Amino acid sequence: SCRTVEPLEYYRRFLKENCRPDGRELGEFRTTTVNVGSISTADGSALVKLGNTTVICGVKAEFAAPPTDAPDTGYVVPNVDLPPLCSSRFRSGPPGEEAQVASQFIADVIENSQIIQKEDLCISPGKLVWVLYCDLICLDYDGNILDACTFALLAALKNVQLPEVTINEETALAEVNLKKKSYLNVRTHPVATSFAVFDDTLLIVDPTGEEEHLATGTLTIVMDEEGKLCCLHKPGGSGLTGAKLQDCMSRAVTRHKEVKKLMDEVINSMKPK
Amino acid sequence: MEEEMHTDAKIRAETGTGSSPRGPGCSLRHFACEQNLLSRPDGSASFLQGDTSVLAGVYGPAEVKVSKEIFNKATLEVILRPKIGLPGVAEKSRERLIRNTCEAVVLGTLHPRTSITVVLQVVSDAGSLLACCLNAACMALVDAGVPMRALFCGVTCALDSDGTLMLDPTSKQEKEARAVLTFALDSVERKLLMSSTKGLYSDAELQQCLAAAQAASQHVFRFYRESLQRRYSKS
Repeated sequence: SCRTVEPLEYYRRFLKENCRPDGRELGEFRTTTVNVGSISTADGSALVKLGNTTVICGVKAEFAAPPTDAPDTGYVVPNVDLPPLCSSRFRSGPPGEEAQVASQFIADVIENSQIIQKEDLCISPGKLVWVLYCDLICLDYDGNILDACTFALLAALKNVQLPEVTINEETALAEVNLKKKSYLNVRTHPVATSFAVFDDTLLIVDPTGEEEHLATGTLTIVMDEEGKLCCLHKPGGSGLTGAKLQDCMSRAVTRHKEVKKLMDEVINSMKPK
Repeated sequence: MEEEMHTDAKIRAETGTGSSPRGPGCSLRHFACEQNLLSRPDGSASFLQGDTSVLAGVYGPAEVKVSKEIFNKATLEVILRPKIGLPGVAEKSRERLIRNTCEAVVLGTLHPRTSITVVLQVVSDAGSLLACCLNAACMALVDAGVPMRALFCGVTCALDSDGTLMLDPTSKQEKEARAVLTFALDSVERKLLMSSTKGLYSDAELQQCLAAAQAASQHVFRFYRESLQRRYSKS
């Protein structure tokens, strides 16, 4: 059967042989590449490519007054943008539902995993704190946007260098020393693994855009290095049994190791010799 | 394990009412449901869990805008209004969760090129809000007569710092908990339809919570069945 006329039948023929049209196995991820520090005007940046899906994350640090109920905490503000550039399904204008859901997802991951201790962003309690604006822009949408965004955010935060700030007692103004910069203390490394459910039974890892469209459900697991789960995001779709969830967990653990290795390689290559 | 459910039958003309106290074995709060209380929507339901209350209205199958129509099934839309303030990004995220859960159970292929709209209004929030929204949505869909292949229910679990599990937590318990997990389970095989979690937890704790939620869902489904039986037996 033809790919454009009957896409589901076309896919089923491959799934019966336990593989997919692009040659991957059911549990195989697409080639992941990451590039940090590409945006020189941002305090930290990273570009992640998962096959064709491309997401770039830029982090800008600015000053702000801390909230009155937590005077020694800073802010981390994520925003995911899916512009019309990345796919024909998005129109220009206010963020659509998919972008809002992705932004909320990233905000939840930051909050749940405690990737940055908000107290580390405090300069002067009650007066001045850092706010990190994390902008994630999708340049090419080919499925699995959540995994790419999480990875891009993690890589960009590891790349962020904040200058030293001292408060001048006489003038009560902040003095920024751009020559002395230090890296952020990234405490945990949350890694997202997404699955698509086909025909209520089959689980495939890292779905492409076409696979997401044909799937009957999706599942995203965010895990940190100790095997703790920061997020189990399953927005409806076919039901899953506990046993199937277990299989997904073990795949997520392996993926975490793969991603961590890639991250470490990149970070080490960036450090000055 | 058989728990006795003492049910008060408050008979009111044209409305189905049901309420149940906590059974001795499960730790869910008192829940109550009222159906067909709004005159305009095709189906409506109000679901109370302890002090958390959500009002749901369903319109459908109705006419759909050409831009939103799907040729072979019904277009489902969920609108969630918070108690105060304008709906924000968090509401959009919850709407997507509820919509995808409903899409998994509603037989949309029986009504192609139509729209089914579920409107949820938060009346009071005292913990386990998402689960209450799911229950209200399910009861409203049943009241509207929308064909579904299974019922679904929402159950919330909270894990506190020493690992004790609490079902159906109050707002205070949710704030103090290390992790809060909300699951939507279907009535046929208790499979996991939707999950939304907050906080850090381990894999073993997840399986534990899922098992507890599956056991608790039995009570919710029994309550659905009884309240519907009571409603249709007197008419």
